[in-house]
Amino acid sequence: MNIVVCIKQVPETTEVSVDPETNALVREGVDSIVNPVDENAIEAALLLREAHGGKVTVVTMGPPQAEEALRHALAMGADEGILLSDPASRGSDTLATSYTLARMVRKLGEVDLILCGRQAIDGDTGQVGPGLAERLGAPQVTFAIELEVSDGKLRARRVLDDFFEVLEVSLPAVVTVVKQMNEPRRPSMRNLLKAKRAEITKWSLADLDADSTQTGFEGSPTQVIRVWPPAKRSGGRRLEGAPDEIAAEIAKVIRDVKLASG
Amino acid sequence: MTVRLITDNCTGCKLCLLACPYGAIDIVDGKAQFNDNCTQCGACASACKFDAIVLEVAYTPTIDVARYHGVWVVAEHLHGELRRGTYELLGEGRRLADKLDVELAAVLLGDEVAGLSEELVARGADRVYLAQDPALTHYRTGPYSDVLAGMVNRYKPEIVLVSATPQGRDLAPRVAARLSAGLTADCTGLDIDERERLLVQTRPAFGGNLMATIVCRHARPQMATVRPGVMKALEPDRSRSGEIVEVPVHLDERGVLAKIVEVVQQETDGQVNLQDAEIIVSGGRGLGKPDSFALIRELAEVLGGAVGASRAVVDAGWIPAYHQVGQTGRTVQPKLYIACGISGAVQHLAGMSSSDCIIAINKDPSAPIFNVATYGVVGDLFEILPALTKKLKAS
Repeated sequence: MNIVVCIKQVPETTEVSVDPETNALVREGVDSIVNPVDENAIEAALLLREAHGGKVTVVTMGPPQAEEALRHALAMGADEGILLSDPASRGSDTLATSYTLARMVRKLGEVDLILCGRQAIDGDTGQVGPGLAERLGAPQVTFAIELEVSDGKLRARRVLDDFFEVLEVSLPAVVTVVKQMNEPRRPSMRNLLKAKRAEITKWSLADLDADSTQTGFEGSPTQVIRVWPPAKRSGGRRLEGAPDEIAAEIAKVIRDVKLASG
Repeated sequence: MTVRLITDNCTGCKLCLLACPYGAIDIVDGKAQFNDNCTQCGACASACKFDAIVLEVAYTPTIDVARYHGVWVVAEHLHGELRRGTYELLGEGRRLADKLDVELAAVLLGDEVAGLSEELVARGADRVYLAQDPALTHYRTGPYSDVLAGMVNRYKPEIVLVSATPQGRDLAPRVAARLSAGLTADCTGLDIDERERLLVQTRPAFGGNLMATIVCRHARPQMATVRPGVMKALEPDRSRSGEIVEVPVHLDERGVLAKIVEVVQQETDGQVNLQDAEIIVSGGRGLGKPDSFALIRELAEVLGGAVGASRAVVDAGWIPAYHQVGQTGRTVQPKLYIACGISGAVQHLAGMSSSDCIIAINKDPSAPIFNVATYGVVGDLFEILPALTKKLKAS
């Protein structure tokens, strides 16, 4: 199986700042990690490769340092890492990102399965997976918790509100996975060292033969006009005492709340 | 957006004909041909295996925004009933439509769902676009996105609102990519910039550490998914009247790439209806192990409340995901929220800090949950919860 995993390098959520000019997020000088649920997507790809053979290619777009995210994927066991880094792709919203990723997948030729994490912890949109599926004209399975491939078909269990749905789709397909799907493996020291020296394939938008009106700021219909931290709240009253006394006080609060709501 | 046939590549295989929801393709002399029913929805381009149908002009900044008019709400139903989030969207959509002085329409896709139209009108819609077909019985990405994209192309709404439910978050980005429309995820605030006639969308990002305001100036429609549990629904008004517009669709099951093999309702026990609950008792890492959720369940039962959970314990597999409260779970606004052993990561606070009254029990006095708590208890939940449950049982 030829599997492509799309990953994103994200900053640690608590350390974010905003460029006052462009309103884009400043990612330089901040600790970066692979978006956590993308590790589950990598793990899923590795498990499928172990069962069916084939190749796992991990792709990402971002600044040059996003290469580190790919090295982490290689250390986990991926076969190849490809970085799309191009100043002209800066400011891409989810539409431009899905366009660019689709160009990358197309360039890879015959691909059976494309895996993504359900959503990134920075943007929190979850829109790139379905957007990518649309661009590729492929069926999509979002929120997958189990995957099974046989006879050119994919059977996936999805977690929805309070039910599971088992969906069968033809391949190639795009799948977004949830955190509960598996436990991502920790790279061994040996693999980490190997990944450190591994060759990362680097592409620019020109390599993708991309339409420049569909990438970066120009290809992004949405525009962030303001970013701000949510208002801090200060805490209310502290209840103190022995457990029994506290329980009594809480019981009183509950009674009052119940009375007030009739 | 326009579909174009590359005649040389067309094999006359009829895949496009099967995929077209609007009966707009004929095969003439072994080649596909578009007829007047075509809405440019793009379903044929997705279905074609020979690159013979291309979707042209994706995103054009020069799109004539003035040709787009009206606010749409995509209705969502489950087991024959409209979902609460749809009522919230209609309430909010009504407010936005009134500000813009345009119509509010609901879009209803399904099979034998016409009976739900009245409720959509009572909840604020001026018009209901209704598309019915057996292939639309259960939500599936392909047919739903084909039909919705076609309707948007035909009627050109300026705003399309979709619930940020699993279904809405599967559908909206697919349709937005098809239409090259701007889409903003999981909005918690919407408004209209009356001078520019723009939808002003506010949403949390970075797990709730940042709020962002987003607009879409040059592309139409302006699409947004809206977080359930935030907007206010209107009381149903049975005296309202609205127009029902039947949109004819013809879907061929053979053209649908996805089959639903099975749907399994998870074992739920009445303690998971977070959205409707007046009281929620939530547990986090501080419980130490999965079994300790019994303490939470017991208290919730005595109070007639629902059981919530933090992301940490859901990710750890202690409790199913449908209990999760927070940025990646449910947003709740109960009368009373009791957080037990939850430190209060911003991601959790984003989903519960609008509760009327919050009681937090945590042994770490510096836990951020205390910043939003109406009543904070620094103490051992293993002592306090049993005592509290006992006291409540006794009274």
